[in-house]
Amino acid sequence: MSIEWYVVLSALLFATGAIGILLRRSPIVILLCLELMLNAGNLALVAFSRMVGNQQGQVFALVVMVVAACEVVVGLGLIVAIFRRKLPLDVDELRELRG
Amino acid sequence: MEAVLFFVAAIGALGGAIGVIAMRNPFYGVLALIVHLFSLAVLFLLLTAAFVAAAQVVVYAGAVMVLYVFVVAYVGGGVESAWEPIPGQRFLAPLLGIALFVELAIAVLASSLLALGHDGPHVNPGFGDPAAIGYLLLEKFLIPFEASSMLLMLAAVGAIVLASRREGESA
Repeated sequence: MSIEWYVVLSALLFATGAIGILLRRSPIVILLCLELMLNAGNLALVAFSRMVGNQQGQVFALVVMVVAACEVVVGLGLIVAIFRRKLPLDVDELRELRG
Repeated sequence: MEAVLFFVAAIGALGGAIGVIAMRNPFYGVLALIVHLFSLAVLFLLLTAAFVAAAQVVVYAGAVMVLYVFVVAYVGGGVESAWEPIPGQRFLAPLLGIALFVELAIAVLASSLLALGHDGPHVNPGFGDPAAIGYLLLEKFLIPFEASSMLLMLAAVGAIVLASRREGESA
């Protein structure tokens, strides 16, 4: 398979994640869609690393995985905190910071 | 053989992604994401990134998804209300997403990277295996490696602070 296929698939997955973020209102699902976008980026990084025959892109993908794990931990902590305060889990109703 | 595996994994990844954004119940969304992550691990194996694929399955499909399942079970998978604060959001969002995909596809296919059309160069059998990646991480990228461990610790502390029970707060 030529590398093009992988990169186009990664673009498709990224666009799917973006649609999810624009469409959904539950913070949990928005975090899941962020995972989709980060993983699409990872796929592109690994595909380009294969294209140039250099493993450094794979190290970059591993670092992206670490960043995604941190983002999940903090995001889920926020969701638990929101739930504890009995606020609605809906990003359109959590609008205190809108100004 | 490789093409068959690629298309099976690509359909799995895309189906999982669409499942995540289409499922009304967040719990099924998490399950769809697990399918997506496993398919992505297969794609990484096809790209001779064995260690990244293993880390994907162990860290993502294992640890991170368990965390998600716990939080969804704790919070309770409520179904979203049908109320739309932005009129036409349901139609506008996919339109913008498709525009984004078209833009990315044009950027990829119209780029002058000639190597995109090939399978990539021939690589040695050790390409992307744990030994090679570990050597790179500990020799060439030691400072980013340590910085990411610092980031993980900060995230753990932050999550404890965020989710801890405060004084006078009822459970």
